[in-house]
Amino acid sequence: MEPLQIAEKIKEKFPDEVLEIKEFRGQVSVTLKKNRILEICRYLHSDPTLDFNYLIDLCGVDYLPKKDNRFEIVYHLYSIKRRHAIRLKAEVPENDPAIDSVTAIWAGANWHERECYDMYGIAFTGHPDLRRILMPEDWEGHPLRKDYDIKGAAKEWAGFIGVLDRAKKFKEFEWKG
Amino acid sequence: MEGIEKTFETKELTISMGPQHPATHGVLRLVLTLDGETVIKCTPYVGYLHRGVEKLGENRTYFAALPLTDRLDYISSMNNNVGYVNAVEKLFGIEATERAKFIRTMVAEMGRISSHIIWLGTHVLDIGATTPFLYAFRERERILDLFEMLCGARLTVSYPRVGGVRNDISQEFLDTLYDFILDFPSRMDDYETLVTENRVWKQRTVGIGVISAEEAINWGLTGGTLRGSGVNYDVRKHAPYDAYDKVEFDVPLGKSGDCYDRYLVRIGEMRQANRIIKQCIEKLPLGPVMANEPKFTLPPKDLVLKDIEHLIHQFVLITKGPAVPEGEVYMGTEVPKGELGFYFVSDGAGKPYRMRVRAPSFVHASVLPKLCEGLMIADVIANIGTIDIVLGECDR
Repeated sequence: MEPLQIAEKIKEKFPDEVLEIKEFRGQVSVTLKKNRILEICRYLHSDPTLDFNYLIDLCGVDYLPKKDNRFEIVYHLYSIKRRHAIRLKAEVPENDPAIDSVTAIWAGANWHERECYDMYGIAFTGHPDLRRILMPEDWEGHPLRKDYDIKGAAKEWAGFIGVLDRAKKFKEFEWKG
Repeated sequence: MEGIEKTFETKELTISMGPQHPATHGVLRLVLTLDGETVIKCTPYVGYLHRGVEKLGENRTYFAALPLTDRLDYISSMNNNVGYVNAVEKLFGIEATERAKFIRTMVAEMGRISSHIIWLGTHVLDIGATTPFLYAFRERERILDLFEMLCGARLTVSYPRVGGVRNDISQEFLDTLYDFILDFPSRMDDYETLVTENRVWKQRTVGIGVISAEEAINWGLTGGTLRGSGVNYDVRKHAPYDAYDKVEFDVPLGKSGDCYDRYLVRIGEMRQANRIIKQCIEKLPLGPVMANEPKFTLPPKDLVLKDIEHLIHQFVLITKGPAVPEGEVYMGTEVPKGELGFYFVSDGAGKPYRMRVRAPSFVHASVLPKLCEGLMIADVIANIGTIDIVLGECDR
């Protein structure tokens, strides 16, 4: 099925949820409200004519100065059987950074959602094991947010301070000849 | 243990495998809960190699972020570069020249052979066969020498460019590569004699780490790890890029989705890669290797050194970056590990507003608990080898 047809089909089924349909370079993205995302994904996964069985990717985007709803969760879906793709985008506001988890539909979403939580601080309701994944568990801040400086936080990470202290301690064993 | 009367007490043991462990292929840490030798629970911990490639990419121009992709999957950097430049070209709306496309296909398949061959060597070494490892590195060396001949670098090549490739290839390179591909199938036969029907190898891999086709898709597996379960999904066939629609090749498929089938799939892929390279050399068209798109591609260096217009042009492109149309693009390419995807959000500036790397190793590492739980601890090693992960790509 053509991507625009898929987008229309989603709009037909969930008219109140679809905010925008946009095409760029032959790829169609459907912007959605976040509340019924689980239902929409379940529909896309189980409908026999759509059959989106493969979640290519799930990631977050931070539109800090640009949009009212600061975050967007982007789902790239593909159907291996029917060979068509669609991009879903769910808007997540800053004051309520939470969205339903889709791990129940695609098991592969598990780590992607953990990464998104790690990098943007967006909570995924219903996720079986929502922990930080790439950053240390006691890390402060969410690195991919636009207001997070590329040089890192002003305060050094506690784990690294520990390493520095130990290095200082071991200095006394250094060869002084 | 049923039927045996328990006259002694047993205790579950939790051990940490890695991050410094030769068989975890990098800095992967698995926390294993064991009952005797059986794995009850397996929890992978990743992130030890996290360098923030996505954040760095957002702060660099599209041209300057290319070397970052070398450092994702550092044993097949050529394929990452090809994936990156293809995604950027799609965003820019430009196309590489025909000759550049064939060259890229050729070098990407060389990268695939070199990556698979290092996978073969280390995977069988983990399981206990030392000999193929030594032979595998001999072949890999020949490919790295060819890369050196091509662009001067052996590992972090950064050879493909947005709009084409860095430089044209020489006749000497083509001749040496042709010698290699004529020779390579017989070398593959050697490996297969050593491994494929080896009784120890089969005992260690057949029926180990089984994942069904539906589950594999549901977990988002790609590449040889997915095709070992018999799912015919290959980005090169489903959404051809570069010259993949102009060359003939088959997609090897497994049946049972165990370690042995994934092994057979990758062996088959190496033979197919050899076939693709041969066709690329034979069909290689003449022409320029860099697209003539002044708004998006860098001007030729010899003109930059001679004339002020081109110098200004290069200066603007390098410092400010090109004027990219607003929009977003996802582009997946088939790298040796699976589907490597780049997702760009452009806000019209010379830098990506968001650069997302969809790393196959990241997804593959997440499936480890599913593969390992219920098996013996020695099978964990077989499973880590078979899903073919590189932690540089997993952690980004």
